[in-house]
Amino acid sequence: MKPPPFGYHAPRSLGEALAALAAARDGKVLAGGQSLIPLLNMRLAAPAEIIDINRVAGLDTLEAGPAGVRVGALVRHARAERSAEAARVQPLLRLALRHVAHPAVRSRGTVVGSLAHADPAAELPAVLALLGGTVEAASVRGRRTIGAADFFAGPLESALAPDELAVAATFPALPPRTGAAFAEIARRHGDYALAGVAALVTVDEAGRPAAARAGYLGVAATPLVLDLDVSGGRAAAAADAAGRLDPETDIHASAEYRRHLAGVLTERVLHAAAGAARERGT
Amino acid sequence: MFGEPIPRREDPRLLTGQGRFLDDLGRDALAAAFVRSPHAHARILDIDVSAAVDVDGLVAIYTWEDLPGRVGDPLPLLIPHPALTHGRTGRPLARETVRYAGEPVAMVVAADRYLAEDAAGLVRVEYEPLPAVVGIDAAARAEHLVHDDVPGNVAAVLVQETGDAAAAIAAAPHTLEFDLAIERSAATPLEGRGVYARWDAADGSLRVYSSTQSSTAVRGAVAARLGLPAGKVEVVAPDVGGGFGVKIVHPWPEEVLVPWAARLLDRPVKWAEDRREHFVAAAHERGQQHHVRVGFDGEGRVLGLDVRIRHDHGAYTPYGIIIPIVTSTQLLGPYKIGAYRAEVTSLYTNTVIVTPYRGAGRPQGVFCMERTMDRIARHLGRDRADVRAANFIRPHEFPYDQGLTFQDGRPLIYDSGDYPALLRELRKLIGWDTFAELRARDGRRLGIGLGCYVEGTGVGPYEGGHVEIDTAGRVHVATGLTSQGQGHQTVFAQIAAAELGVPIEDVHVTTGDTRRFGYAVGTFASRAAVMSGNAIALACRKVRAKALRVAGEALEADPADLEITGGTVHVRGDRAAGVPLRTVAVLSNPLRYAFDEQSAAATQFAGGGSLDEPPVARGDEPGLEARDYYSPVRSTFAAGAHAAIVEVDPDTAEVRILRYAVLHDCGRLINPRIVEGQIHGGVAQGIAGALYERMAYDETGQLQNASFMDFLMPYATEIPRIETAHLETPSPLNPLGVKGAGEAGVIPVSAVIASAIEDAEGFVVDAMPLSPDELFRLRRRD
Amino acid sequence: MTEPTYEIALTVNGVHRTARAPARRLLSDFLRHDLGLTGTHVGCEHGVCGCCTILLDGAPARACLTFAVTAGGAEITTVEGLAAPDGTLSPVQRAFQECHALQCGFCTPGFLCTVTALLRENPHPSDEEIVEGLSGNLCRCTGYQNIVAAVRRAAGED
Repeated sequence: MKPPPFGYHAPRSLGEALAALAAARDGKVLAGGQSLIPLLNMRLAAPAEIIDINRVAGLDTLEAGPAGVRVGALVRHARAERSAEAARVQPLLRLALRHVAHPAVRSRGTVVGSLAHADPAAELPAVLALLGGTVEAASVRGRRTIGAADFFAGPLESALAPDELAVAATFPALPPRTGAAFAEIARRHGDYALAGVAALVTVDEAGRPAAARAGYLGVAATPLVLDLDVSGGRAAAAADAAGRLDPETDIHASAEYRRHLAGVLTERVLHAAAGAARERGT
Repeated sequence: MFGEPIPRREDPRLLTGQGRFLDDLGRDALAAAFVRSPHAHARILDIDVSAAVDVDGLVAIYTWEDLPGRVGDPLPLLIPHPALTHGRTGRPLARETVRYAGEPVAMVVAADRYLAEDAAGLVRVEYEPLPAVVGIDAAARAEHLVHDDVPGNVAAVLVQETGDAAAAIAAAPHTLEFDLAIERSAATPLEGRGVYARWDAADGSLRVYSSTQSSTAVRGAVAARLGLPAGKVEVVAPDVGGGFGVKIVHPWPEEVLVPWAARLLDRPVKWAEDRREHFVAAAHERGQQHHVRVGFDGEGRVLGLDVRIRHDHGAYTPYGIIIPIVTSTQLLGPYKIGAYRAEVTSLYTNTVIVTPYRGAGRPQGVFCMERTMDRIARHLGRDRADVRAANFIRPHEFPYDQGLTFQDGRPLIYDSGDYPALLRELRKLIGWDTFAELRARDGRRLGIGLGCYVEGTGVGPYEGGHVEIDTAGRVHVATGLTSQGQGHQTVFAQIAAAELGVPIEDVHVTTGDTRRFGYAVGTFASRAAVMSGNAIALACRKVRAKALRVAGEALEADPADLEITGGTVHVRGDRAAGVPLRTVAVLSNPLRYAFDEQSAAATQFAGGGSLDEPPVARGDEPGLEARDYYSPVRSTFAAGAHAAIVEVDPDTAEVRILRYAVLHDCGRLINPRIVEGQIHGGVAQGIAGALYERMAYDETGQLQNASFMDFLMPYATEIPRIETAHLETPSPLNPLGVKGAGEAGVIPVSAVIASAIEDAEGFVVDAMPLSPDELFRLRRRD
Repeated sequence: MTEPTYEIALTVNGVHRTARAPARRLLSDFLRHDLGLTGTHVGCEHGVCGCCTILLDGAPARACLTFAVTAGGAEITTVEGLAAPDGTLSPVQRAFQECHALQCGFCTPGFLCTVTALLRENPHPSDEEIVEGLSGNLCRCTGYQNIVAAVRRAAGED
């Protein structure tokens, strides 16, 4: 299980990186490598060239402001998880990051890399989708901002063009009177979830849930976001959500069980998110 | 010393990165990689290596056509048995047909493993796919055959019988009939297999390092295949990163090919198995189906038991039918079963070979018997523990003859045990009798389960020990069997220190190195402590006797009045005047040439000894050393009882083990801490097999979870704390009174967890492992 | 076609080391085979088992999921660097021996590095934090119980 040979580029600046990516035929970006290198070691991927962005200056910025948390391409999971600022602006980020693999993987893996990998069973794509976040893509042709709804094109498929580098992602801040929660069920701690849900619940002035939205992982080909009607209570909202899911069967779980789990978890996160919203106040 | 939980002597090396595992050796060696069949069953039409030969650093590519003489022959059938009428083994490289995905087709040797994999990827093999036989049902239907010349895919039909089971069941007041199944899993040590060979052309000799459970057996096999005298082949098992059974198989194709290539190329060659290879090209176990018919009385006493077993043997049978033999005999456990018949049909499938994995058929047998006990209790509305107690062999009934033939070819006679005491203590430890109240109070969906087992350990034919005390007072102990983490360097040193009366710091133990000890069987069947432990004790006793005799001459004392304390021989009760063993070692080897000041005492003009006797007495040998062997008349039988309390999530169907308790009896404990470690690890593997691990083959014979991402070996987060307690019923069969402990932990776990989940849910659980998804489905079905 | 190689310089256990290797050389192989530091073990090469865990600039990392060339310039600690220069075992190593937290020893270097990092970040972890902190490392021998006990002991909690 050794990676196949590839041409190697280690640019020092974004310009060099984009030029290398533009010039590469069948190039692949290496950041944390925690998703890419297993594929290489198993020879399930064999890119002709690898553009290692780990030495590119300026990509390791983490900014938390009123608009949200902007995470540069070289920000590792561990750093985003530890950032108190990020957790204050958007608590969902930390809640979800705790479920990403294991500490030794989180210390290398990058947030933006997880998004670009576009695994529908992964936590961060579902979070970005739920929050309606964005990814900034750069290429020698220019820059563009891609909304989460367009970014996740299919299983393990992002909207990035072959010459584009995802330089940052923005997770919007938590709106007022809104709470967030995350829950997933995996066979082993740290595994990809059989099903997972991130939720935002906004409460009215009396503390009653007024609006709810959930982002699902592991139950569709891309991260799936559903607006939930909570007027009839959590259980009804969860049952309704589960009914709208069409997960697949694999060796770890049947479609039916995944749908059931998604319903159970929906109810749990709606409860937790509403509680968080009330605790947070305005 | 014997019986104390001393820290392990292996640890300082292993804790500082100084271990020497297979792939830590041979930095200068060429690397081997294998082209393996992607098909479960196919005919090889053509192999084209032309694209691969351009790879920089490529040294050689071999296919079956290149293998001379015995090198390309089918691998040995290690354990023939009259019932194994259609035994078949694979070749080191496939000749015309491949019979499982992963079977080696070509070997590549290159400068390093990266390049070897590059070249292997460029070898083009043209296959004609054939229908694959996957799973026990398909094998039994036999619409397609794994081997053209094996009708019905049946390798063996084995019957074990005592009494007239059919008649006993027919006459019984109550009868039940049901099916039970266990799925495939695998030993999966964290270090894969590996072989490294160096050929010394000038000396015409071969040194082979293998991550094996039997270095002497590898030597025998390699020497035979390569046409070398055994004396020209040395095999060393270096530090081995876990075995759990899979590394007892030999010679693996790679163990033949790597030494062969090293000799042919006159260059050192190494193959270190990677994880994917280990999943598809090593061995699996456990896959078995059981149809049970049982007759019993109103107390739950079994009067007759009939079990039809279908065993998935994979593509070949190199290890014979040991697993079915073990299942069909050890199934009886601690019970007196009136009349018993087991019929095992061993079936070929187009999957990885099946050979023993820790427990080796016992988990399946115990699952059968313990689930049967629970069914009986359920049927009669009796307490599950009481039903077991009603069937126990009583302490005064030993030795107890079960009337069957065990895996060592000898009668299944239990030597000693106290099963009622085990159960009694277990009930106390887990709180069996107060659980109902706990459950009522707790409010969560809880269940309690239990399981009992008997484990034949320490099977023969023999092991040996060599003990030598050198002139520096160091005690060198060697035994031929190998170590994979069991702490042999510690427990064998404890035995030697206790037997010889020396500080343990002076004892140095070598295992699994044919250069030090050439006669051995191997490490399997929980046999190391029993076999090598006793052999070493016997060798120590010989050395001790000689030391007392030689020291007696020096001290002018009767050896019967001497003892050894702290490495010094002295008159009993008088430690002031004595001879250190290092001096005894000098005196025991009459010298012509002194090599230091101390050894001068043994030279010809130093005086001492009778001038009328030869310096080495007739029948004596120079040196303070001895060799002895332990060869038991039959196995010794350990036992245990486990219980668990589980919580099942009513919504998600997740299972959490809240408590796990083990009562264990392996006779006298040499090192209780090491025994507990063995139990912990065994139970963890048992929990893995009960709730997490399985081999997911699709219908075409592709293993869909051949990675640690999808083969769910548990982490620390999945394994509960394990509470242990011991009984010590010594074995009357061996001098140390010990029984084996290595496999104990794993054996009853699937039965125990099934019992507990059943208790929590109220419906029957008849197949393991059980995933949350399956529990969810059982609930829906219920 | 000869593969290009790169001069890779890094600091391992406080010692400056250099070697040439192709870009695809995994850091695990670089440490083991190019630098001869075989204490770091390789159990799966897809980042699940944790045997190859090392400290990369102080943080635990999978050496099998890192290219050596990417790690150029980094400070690396392997199991060989955990004990004091005079050979005195670190508190974590000592606790592993005292608690019988290893059997075959193959996974042990990865656990030692993981636990060293865990206790550095959280010197007094709860039982739950210990188990979670260990959850990226597989052990097939011990059932983890004594490893958990060793972490507790190294943290001075027992």
